[in-house]
Amino acid sequence: MSEQDAKPQNAARRTFLKQSGIALGGVVVGGVVGGVLLRPKPQVKVETKVETKVEEKVVEKVVEKEVEKIVPQPVYYHQALMFFSLEQFAIAEAAAERIFPQDDSGPGAKELGAAFYIDHQLAGPWGNNSRDYMMGPFPKAEPTQGMQTRLTRKEIFAIGLQGLQDYSMQKYKKGFADLSAAEQDEVLKVFEAGEAVQLEGTSTSAFFGLLRTGTLEGIYSDPLYGGNKDMQGWKMKRYPGNQPSYFNDIEKDGFIVIEPKSLHDHLNH
Amino acid sequence: MATKLPKVPVLIVGLGWAGGIIASELTKAGHKVVALERGKRAKLEDYYAMHDEVRYALRHDMMQDLSKETITFRNNDKMTALPMRTYGSFLPGDGVGGAGKHWNGVSVRFLPYDFEIYSKTVERYGKKKIPAGMTIQDWGIKWEEIEPYFDKYEKMAGISGDAEQNPMIGKRSNPYPTPPMKQTPSMKLFMEAAKKLGYNPYNGPSANLSQPYKNPDGIERAACQYCAYCERFGCEYGAKADPVVTVIPVAEKTGKLETRTHSNVLRVLHKGKKATGVVYLNTLTGEEFEQPADLVIMTSYVLNNVKLLLISQMGKPYDPATGTGVIGKNYAYQTGGGATGFFEDKEFNSYMGAGALGVCLDDFNGDNFDHSDLKFIHGGNIRHAQSGSRPIANNTVPSGTPSWGAEFKKASLKYSYRTLSVSGQGSNMPWRHHYLDLDPTYKDVYGLPLLRMTYDFEEQDREMGKFLAAKSSEILKEMGATSTVPGRDLTSYNITPYQSTHNTGGVIMGADPKSSAVNNYLQMWDYENMFVVGASAFAHNSGYNPTATVGALAYRAAEGALKYLKQGGSLV
Ligand SMILES: Cc1cc2nc3c(=O)[nH]c(=O)nc-3n(C[C@H](O)[C@H](O)[C@H](O)COP(=O)(O)OP(=O)(O)OC[C@H]3O[C@@H](n4cnc5c(N)ncnc54)[C@H](O)[C@@H]3O)c2cc1C
Ligand code: SF4
Repeated sequence: MSEQDAKPQNAARRTFLKQSGIALGGVVVGGVVGGVLLRPKPQVKVETKVETKVEEKVVEKVVEKEVEKIVPQPVYYHQALMFFSLEQFAIAEAAAERIFPQDDSGPGAKELGAAFYIDHQLAGPWGNNSRDYMMGPFPKAEPTQGMQTRLTRKEIFAIGLQGLQDYSMQKYKKGFADLSAAEQDEVLKVFEAGEAVQLEGTSTSAFFGLLRTGTLEGIYSDPLYGGNKDMQGWKMKRYPGNQPSYFNDIEKDGFIVIEPKSLHDHLNH
Repeated sequence: MATKLPKVPVLIVGLGWAGGIIASELTKAGHKVVALERGKRAKLEDYYAMHDEVRYALRHDMMQDLSKETITFRNNDKMTALPMRTYGSFLPGDGVGGAGKHWNGVSVRFLPYDFEIYSKTVERYGKKKIPAGMTIQDWGIKWEEIEPYFDKYEKMAGISGDAEQNPMIGKRSNPYPTPPMKQTPSMKLFMEAAKKLGYNPYNGPSANLSQPYKNPDGIERAACQYCAYCERFGCEYGAKADPVVTVIPVAEKTGKLETRTHSNVLRVLHKGKKATGVVYLNTLTGEEFEQPADLVIMTSYVLNNVKLLLISQMGKPYDPATGTGVIGKNYAYQTGGGATGFFEDKEFNSYMGAGALGVCLDDFNGDNFDHSDLKFIHGGNIRHAQSGSRPIANNTVPSGTPSWGAEFKKASLKYSYRTLSVSGQGSNMPWRHHYLDLDPTYKDVYGLPLLRMTYDFEEQDREMGKFLAAKSSEILKEMGATSTVPGRDLTSYNITPYQSTHNTGGVIMGADPKSSAVNNYLQMWDYENMFVVGASAFAHNSGYNPTATVGALAYRAAEGALKYLKQGGSLV
């Protein structure tokens, strides 16, 4: 990638892109330019990912160079909140990062957008327990009888995040998001164990379980949901996302690393 | 008030595997069939962009909507049963194709021993081997009688398997229709290790096609691509045998099948010794219909087969206090024990795989080994599978590692492709105090009582679990595992973690109307024009997945239904 990539966009180039897009037709715009637009500073040479017809190759390269120059940073418009308040989001993001922290093996939950994933999931059917049996009564259950609560996951999260905040204020005189990593870990351990702090209608361990599950999902789900940003979670785990076929590799010895594909790639085919 | 519709000759309730097979056989023979299915339509094209772990594997997009209907559960009758509110232990299917759309395709026939379990156990060990309260009984059918139906089912589905007969399983009249699937490096390790230990391993019979296949109905399907999005997903290649790409199109092609979707059957109507039809709800419009029929075939999966019979007051409900009655009797499930092996210096491409890809052995299944000194009967199929591990579910770490934080992250990344598992799929015997009935408190969205499950693991299961876990560890060590961790010992049955959708019993088959609900054609003893088909007919559950045996019984029932349509009356 050249130095020029970082330069601000200019109107002439934008026009060029538009025109060449129109001139080249929908297939190329969708398959190549579209792909590049979505990719922040491509680390992998884009040509290697293009799967369009051979005759079009030369044209594609021209377009691609232009695009790389004029679109230095994508905007992740879906990184915004559907359910959390800003304060809830800050707590959830900080907690998720402790569950799966950044280290030398790769990004943590925060960079991967796991908290956005959780927010979006809570706003939808999962958060509203739309496909769960929610009719009462709700008597005390034996441990073998599974989840028995009238609260939705959304409500459990709201109560749990408030619990984290209250406990942090009480113990450290600071909000959860402002604690040191070590302090946050201490708080989360207390919540995981589930005895010291009482929550209304639920337990800290039930909340912690949801938080942990949501975080892992936010790291490794298809990027379509708002987490696993740029498939970095998959890359870190050397997971190839979804590939149409392993027919030719399934019998092979030795670990094979395959550049991941997402569901988005299926739409472009 | 229900709108009364004109009478139809044959009515099928639930269009999954069993319903699909019967619809296909009856329409091919020229009969008009109406199928009522509570869920939506399905076609191959629906499966094209399904490789999404969250939506399908974790949110169960293809399965029954529990907000409408679930079951209640308790371990014993001293507890109050409570609803399974969220998924859980098993995942009932929904819509055309049923659970046959999103099963793995492990396709193993039960053993000859299973069908005569009581007689064979008594013959070899004496009556005292069967503990008080264990209600095993013979199935009223023998291997030689049921084998041709297995053959028929396998040819329809194109089951892949070894050419040579394995000595531990029932004698086959024909080889598998397609050769075995490919073997991965870890499967090869299992084969070598098991042979070294003196066992008889073989390629797991699979409903994921090893090669393109044309079945006797003229259905052509493509070969499996080992795409790893199989269990809980539909197969975009049609390589996985699924009613939607096998039997249902055959029935549709005859022009004799009318499928009504979004049609939830609420109860079966009956008069004297005959079923007269059903009442169902169009769940889109809220309209109720009465559909009269000459012949009613219940194929609404184990749970709803039992529930609908109890609600309709058909057959004598089982009473655990006296051990009499039959509807709800001998509910059983699946148990087992296994181990995980950690391989410090080796990585496997375990993110690749197929639902039914695996190798197994039956040296410790059925009565293939001596139980004289063991505190259990039967056993389980021991298997190493490579069904394709997906990243959210696959985060195994060595014991002692925290379940979150920096250490967890390091270990979960390190071991992502360094663990293998071997496990025994344990059989499960019925007990007098394990049964299904109607819940006194909780209702479904239609106002009907939920089915109530009273079930627990017993000493028999715990002993067998330990035994199978030890054998699994032994094999893993031989496979070169640096360390092995046995699975947790069975304690009490817990409704929360997924175990298997292998529920069985409740409308069991047998030779005697006093102790069974259906005869060996799956025709009800009490209602001659009603067949109840599925794993609900199993008098116990074997150390195998159920569907091959469900398929065989469905072909048998279809033959029975055809006979009944010709001659009427009880078939045995
Ligand atoms: C994730 C998963 C993996 C599995 N893997 C394997 C495997 O590898 N090997 C194996 O042998 N088995 C496996 N199974 C089990 C297998 O799917 C079932 O044994 C099989 O589908 C049972 O067939 P069935 O016809 O009895 O029920 P289904 O195929 O489930 O069909 C029942 C149908 O009845 C309909 N229905 C229910 N109630 C009503 C009502 N009131 N009115 C109208 N319609 C109704 C349902 O919507 C459904 O379509 C698996 C199951 C699951 C869920
Ligand atoms: S693993 Fe094979 S059978 Fe299963 S969905 Fe993929 S291609 Fe189909």
